[in-house]
Amino acid sequence: MRALAWHGKHDVRVDTVDDPGIVNPRDAIIKVTSTAICGSDLHLYDGYIPTMKAGDVLGHEFMGEVVEVGPGSTLQKGQRVVVPFTIACGNCFHCGKKQFSACDNGNPADNQDIAEKLYGQPMSGLFGYSHMTGGYSGGQAEYVRVPFSDVGPIIIPDGIEDEKVLFLSDILPTGWMAAENCDIEPGDTVAVWGCGPVGLFAIQSAFILGAERVIAIDHFPKRLELAAGFGAETINFEETKTSEALLEMTGGIGPDAVIDAVGLEAHGFFADNVIDQIKVSTFLGTDRTHAIRQAIIACRKGGRVSMPAVYGGFVDKFPLGAFMEKGLTLKTGQTHVQRYLAPLLAAIMEGKIDTTFLISHRMPLEKAPEGYKLFHDEQDQATKIILKPGMV
Amino acid sequence: MPDMLDDERADDAPPTTAKGSSSDDGLTHFSRAITINRPPQDVYNFWRDFTNLPHVMDNIIAVDVLDDVSRWTAKGPGGTQIEWTSRVTEDVDGALIAWKSDEDADVFNEGRVTFVPAQGQRGTVVTAVMAYDPPAGFVGRIVAKIMQREPEVQLRRDLRRLKQLMETGEIATNVRNPAQLAEEGK
Repeated sequence: MRALAWHGKHDVRVDTVDDPGIVNPRDAIIKVTSTAICGSDLHLYDGYIPTMKAGDVLGHEFMGEVVEVGPGSTLQKGQRVVVPFTIACGNCFHCGKKQFSACDNGNPADNQDIAEKLYGQPMSGLFGYSHMTGGYSGGQAEYVRVPFSDVGPIIIPDGIEDEKVLFLSDILPTGWMAAENCDIEPGDTVAVWGCGPVGLFAIQSAFILGAERVIAIDHFPKRLELAAGFGAETINFEETKTSEALLEMTGGIGPDAVIDAVGLEAHGFFADNVIDQIKVSTFLGTDRTHAIRQAIIACRKGGRVSMPAVYGGFVDKFPLGAFMEKGLTLKTGQTHVQRYLAPLLAAIMEGKIDTTFLISHRMPLEKAPEGYKLFHDEQDQATKIILKPGMV
Repeated sequence: MPDMLDDERADDAPPTTAKGSSSDDGLTHFSRAITINRPPQDVYNFWRDFTNLPHVMDNIIAVDVLDDVSRWTAKGPGGTQIEWTSRVTEDVDGALIAWKSDEDADVFNEGRVTFVPAQGQRGTVVTAVMAYDPPAGFVGRIVAKIMQREPEVQLRRDLRRLKQLMETGEIATNVRNPAQLAEEGK
């Protein structure tokens, strides 16, 4: 089959690789109809994520048609499914608590060592996202092997086009969980740092969950425009002193909840990488570290901090004093995608949530390397790129 | 394993987690616990049939159960194979298995594994405590570590595979297809 493989920094290629097949009883093979490039794929592209190997097939946002099932799968050939990016077993203690991204069993035993060493305990497996999270082949391919297919994928009814439901795989549930983690109360103002896909979905979700006001912070005009389209007030941090503006816009109180949808993935997993990465990429380094610090300082006393943004290692100069003295609450974590699939699919079908506004480009899988370059270089205009293996 | 039963410890922590622990018997001691979301009897039954263990223990090639002993074949460093005969020294149905290899084993080893109901209905806490005589002592351990065959590493991974199989009915793997699985010798 054809698949987008990682070969090194800024080097991704569409290669011909071995087809996937059923390995374990609960597996299914999915023929991919649509897949997306995620902002977090750019950190693989930029070479910031360790434990990548040349030839790794990328992609964790994908959907398609079931073409083969193992004896333990509950799926049937011909069904259309969206696949969660988190690989969770559905049987362990954490899955029982619906903490799917903390699944004990989704990550192969040998691959769990690295995360256990870094984080104390290993997390679930992820598709196409380094060997620390399992080394699974991803969905930017013609076919994908999907483990635990009886508990992960959600079946999509006929008549809804891919583009309306594809983002159930990651960024829509991630934005939703970010807003849910704000424990929004009537009258609340929620401030969102970063108007990428997750930030924009968090803005929509915050309004649905009852926020009175949302303030969106970014520096790309196109993205702020999209945020404004959902009713958010905007702050362009290149034009405006963000902290002062937030204080004044909230009558001197500060936002009741703050969302960091920016992150620090780029800082990598090892302390000695951090300095180098800041040097290589000053913006990615310093400004991004800035978001969570600024959010904590801005948040009102007794407020809530929600952090969907991905962090890998250590953060310097974390404002722990402000965090403690103001009595803030922090909620975070990789998204428990499986928890949100059914309600969010229902919301899409009822027309309460629209995801298609985000898509700026559609291209064949064969052009994926161009897609990566475009998404990387033109962040203002390239808001989301969909790859279609069947497209000519 | 006299060290394992040392009751002069200053706290309730497992003896193998003691700082600067060293044993007088020249053996390397280690332990590891994992919680498996299944009743103790189920996990005990799986383990007690030693012929099941090569499925989850990557290093074990085969186990032959004879009358009152079992014959174990394992991968050694550098493509070698090591063998030993092991004898069950204690066996409590649903709760405990202890074993000891013959003194002339390629790698002398002994250990015990307990199956205790986990608090909060979380299943079973499986705790394995083991001791072995590293081949060629310290140098052998370094070689084994480089080869990723160090028993501590193996035990950690084997217990995870046991948990995966007992909880999900399969062992998680990132291979793309059965051919790759065969290539990896699984």
